[in-house]
Amino acid sequence: MTTVVIVGYGMAGARLAAELHAQPGDRKVTVLGAEPHRAYNRIMLSTLLAGKLDEPDVELTEAAGHGVDVRTGVAVTAIDRAACEVLTDDGDRVGYDHLVLATGSRAMVPPLPGLDPAALPDRVAVFRTLDDCRRILAMVRGARRALVLGGGLLGLEAARGLAARGLDVTVVHPTGHLMERQLDPAAGAVLAGTLAGLGVRTRLAASATGLTADAHGVRLDLSDGSSLTADLLVLSCGVRPDTALAAAAGLTVERGVVVDDRLRTSDPRVSAIGDCAQHGATPSGLVAPAWAQARVVAQLLSGVDPHAAYRPRPAVTRLKAAGIDLAAMGDAAEGDRAGDEPVEELTFADPARGTYARLRIRDERLTGAILLGDNPAIGTVVQLFDRGAPVPSDRRALLLGRTLGGTPAAPATSPALMPDAATVCQCNDVSKGALVRCWRSGSRTVEAMSAATRAGTGCGGCRDALAGIVGWLAEVDPVADEPAGLAGTDPAGGGPPTLAGADLVNDDSPRTRHDRVEVA
Amino acid sequence: MTLREAGGRVEVLARQFPTNRGGLCQKGWTAAELLDHPDRLTTPLVRDAGTGELRPASWAEAMERIVGGIRAVQDRHGRDAVAVFGGGGLTNEKAYALGKFARVALRTRHIDYNGRWCMSSAAAAGNRAFGVDRGLPFPLADLGRAQTLLLVGANPAETMPPLMRHVADQQATGGTLIVVDPRATATARQADLHLQPVPGTDLAVANALLHIALTEGWLDRAYVADRTTGFDEVRRTVAGYWPAEVERLTGVPVADLEATARALATARSAIILTARGAEQHAKGVDTVTAFINLALALGLPGRPGSGYGCLTGQGNGQGGREHGQKADQLPGYRSIADPAARAHVAGVWGVPADELPGPGVPAYQLLDSLGTPAGPKALLVFGSNPVVSAPRAARISGRLRDLDLLVVADLVRSETVELADVVLPTAQWAEEDGTMTNLEGRVLRRRAVRTPPPGVRTDLAILADLADRLGTKTGFCDDPAEVFDELRRASAGGVADYAGVTYDRIDATGGVFWPCPAPDAPDTPRLFTDTFPTPDGRARFRAVDHRPAAEEVCAEYPLRMTTGRVLAQYQSGAQTRRVAALRRAAPEAFVELHPDLAARLGVEDGEDVRVTSRRGEMRAPARLTPTIRPDTVFAPFHWGGASRANSVTNDALDPVSGMPEFKICAVRVERAEA
Repeated sequence: MTTVVIVGYGMAGARLAAELHAQPGDRKVTVLGAEPHRAYNRIMLSTLLAGKLDEPDVELTEAAGHGVDVRTGVAVTAIDRAACEVLTDDGDRVGYDHLVLATGSRAMVPPLPGLDPAALPDRVAVFRTLDDCRRILAMVRGARRALVLGGGLLGLEAARGLAARGLDVTVVHPTGHLMERQLDPAAGAVLAGTLAGLGVRTRLAASATGLTADAHGVRLDLSDGSSLTADLLVLSCGVRPDTALAAAAGLTVERGVVVDDRLRTSDPRVSAIGDCAQHGATPSGLVAPAWAQARVVAQLLSGVDPHAAYRPRPAVTRLKAAGIDLAAMGDAAEGDRAGDEPVEELTFADPARGTYARLRIRDERLTGAILLGDNPAIGTVVQLFDRGAPVPSDRRALLLGRTLGGTPAAPATSPALMPDAATVCQCNDVSKGALVRCWRSGSRTVEAMSAATRAGTGCGGCRDALAGIVGWLAEVDPVADEPAGLAGTDPAGGGPPTLAGADLVNDDSPRTRHDRVEVA
Repeated sequence: MTLREAGGRVEVLARQFPTNRGGLCQKGWTAAELLDHPDRLTTPLVRDAGTGELRPASWAEAMERIVGGIRAVQDRHGRDAVAVFGGGGLTNEKAYALGKFARVALRTRHIDYNGRWCMSSAAAAGNRAFGVDRGLPFPLADLGRAQTLLLVGANPAETMPPLMRHVADQQATGGTLIVVDPRATATARQADLHLQPVPGTDLAVANALLHIALTEGWLDRAYVADRTTGFDEVRRTVAGYWPAEVERLTGVPVADLEATARALATARSAIILTARGAEQHAKGVDTVTAFINLALALGLPGRPGSGYGCLTGQGNGQGGREHGQKADQLPGYRSIADPAARAHVAGVWGVPADELPGPGVPAYQLLDSLGTPAGPKALLVFGSNPVVSAPRAARISGRLRDLDLLVVADLVRSETVELADVVLPTAQWAEEDGTMTNLEGRVLRRRAVRTPPPGVRTDLAILADLADRLGTKTGFCDDPAEVFDELRRASAGGVADYAGVTYDRIDATGGVFWPCPAPDAPDTPRLFTDTFPTPDGRARFRAVDHRPAAEEVCAEYPLRMTTGRVLAQYQSGAQTRRVAALRRAAPEAFVELHPDLAARLGVEDGEDVRVTSRRGEMRAPARLTPTIRPDTVFAPFHWGGASRANSVTNDALDPVSGMPEFKICAVRVERAEA
């Protein structure tokens, strides 16, 4: 029986444990998690911060039992690759046949005068873990104003969560527009406007130069000489892969622990997944790739798919919260680069209503997109980008379409304009022409037409259309209801010229002058 | 509907009834046309040893051929070498008699039916969660009062038009209609909100909806605590279905997921209904379970005007699955593996309980084993046309050809009849009495207006005669009323208890909802108001995860195909394709393609295309429509021959229900050369 040891019980490590548990085969899995609680969903922390959830609601599926031994509150202090063991802070040594590092990443603390990364001041927090979240929630009590340093995705999520708690929030961001890695300046400006409407102010192109903090509040000094004061400060200045164990063990480490397509590190008995792993040029820092990696490792370790390989998907940045709907992907933050193939650009901007869209297309494929605000085709755009599928020939579907082809049924047109062949009653396959013929053979009410043709007897959805046609016929073809003598102005016996669209030539109904006299 | 016989012809009249409210679609209005149709079989046929063709034969010759064939197979291969295949269109009496015939007269464990391909995933999920499987646990009219109605993979505007009258009520009173369907169907186009997911991703949609309800604080925590078990694991599982990731998987915008969750959770009353679009997958049971989880977390089941339900697909889809046509089941929805159930039913049948066979295998596995060394060598088919309706139909046709004996009872020469050794002409709906149980669990009467034409017998008479010839002298009867009385006794005490349902009571009330344990006991229009029929009285949550389709697209088969119905045709089309008005309305098969896809393939509207999967191909004219996703094509399954959609479909099965994956497979589409 093989023994798999997983270091880290965050979203990647917990997922791997669950995936291994679901695969066939006999193996012992030990998960060592430094945090004291069960695995939780980091993505839901901003909702927790906003006060909509309780802590148990963010727990993730646990694979404990059934051959999986989960030990929380146990930090790994070293890897002994020669002995194939890991050492823990409680003095234990745990042997492995295969080791998986899922140590994640840590929030970066900027080098600011007055800020000690090892001991953050009372009113200052990072926003990364459940404990960070608890710490912020403790600080929020009685607070009115908050500062967030860093206008990236996580910083904005934190800002929105704090604003949802009623705090007056200001985001301080060093570059000229928010989320500059994902957004172009125009989108950044629209986003800043949207945030303002949600009670989040932004201070752009402002770096922090110093911090003063005590038990009551913080003062952040900015590069322009001004300063901001608040009851608390959340630092959101990026994350750094936690590679200390791997580096100390002599594994190849660049920005993260370097892995191949099979997620193996430079030691084939050690894998790395999630935020700590670097597949390609940079660690991804996102959950979806971490889970995809967990599945590949599970397939490899269980032997279910010995050829399993990790194929990264292009990153899609998505911020969705009450009042904000943002998706950014690919090269949309970039301008046109000289020398490249010509790129097709679609744009739509309605900044007053917080909507902005920019899509870049090359060779009928999306190469990037920014969608902010009300963009009903967002699901389609994400999928086309993900799959490299050809874009619709009608490009408007990408900017304005609800869903492809999902146009609502056309409103009933005037009966006069309907072609005779148009189906009025789908359930019983009754055309307008058939109804006109029915009218001419003497039916004069909706009920009578319905009884004769069965139109309207299925789902009943065409009863209004049927009534419309009866009304129209009564108006344009009323002759039959009038005394014969007065109706005699139409000696030819054909319909009046106002019966536009009715197929008179092919009318097979018995409508003769004689009939009309009888009816009268 | 009501029937009137005039001048030897039967006329269809609409009937005001709470379910259809007087509505009939074209199939209903024209149903009588088959009674006197020139294609109707009025004499038995046997395959001539000399010519190899089917030729008319007397009933005596046909029955002797069947009995001789069965005896020969039994002698050589044992009792399980004879199998029975039934249908969801059979009356309760016939479904019951067929199950009894298999277990008592043939003493084979091999019986299953085409309902396995229809409602089995919802049935399994319902049993798992609620301890009972009744399509709607409330009267259909409740739909009209639901403030929010979510239809998942259901297209009643084309498959069950009269139901839309209730939906119209619902919308007219300000209700919100939300439809989940990969196609912009007639039903979806009426919706206030249409979610158009990639085929095969409905489960992820459901988990995301529950995720949102959880994060927004919309759960009915008191209901979850008092009336259910197992929520914690579901809560942890759906924590992994954050909307942005599900949007990427399904293509459904997060904003639409949120709007749906809000509409369901904040409504006074809300109903969630699934149908074949969600169910006919190799993960159909889990997909239905995900929607049941959502309904339970919102506290819907058992609340007036709210709940979860499944839209039944066949004429007697509900009753047909309750009384013993299923491989693992005895009358009253009892389990054939349960010793107490076996003892009760064996007592009613007057046979020793240990003589009853054990469970057989689900429909597709049964058909796929025919004629193989370990599989049955003889098959009796009643009310089904698997040559058209089975997944991977070319393979199943081959299996049917490998049989020593194939007996088919039908009204017309269906595609399956063409492969038979013996064909028995049977009576039609207007020629025999019986009961059907509709999608609400309401037992209804079907009354004969005339006798079958000369040369035609009822299924009950055929089974009684065969049982007698096989040496079972008692216990089979051709009188539906007598069979129904026995069914009542056999079902008594079971989950689907009909003991208190009588023909007279149905006549007096218009219909009786099961369970109804005694003639003087009330029936049960609404289930779950106080408790669930599980051992602890609580509904059971069960955590389920999305998984990919059994066959995903690849370079060689880059598109998805999904299958379904058109309004004017029904099931395998053996009957409806023979009705002139329906043939005019829907004359031939077609393949729906998005215009963008057609342009890339160089296909014009109306041009023949070939759709190829790993299992086979079909050919039909292209129908261009923007209502389908450009990565997906659709074909209706009502036609046989070269345009048979089921030549292409996947025979991957749901591990719980045995439901095949009709609704998604990977295909290649190209212009068919002339």
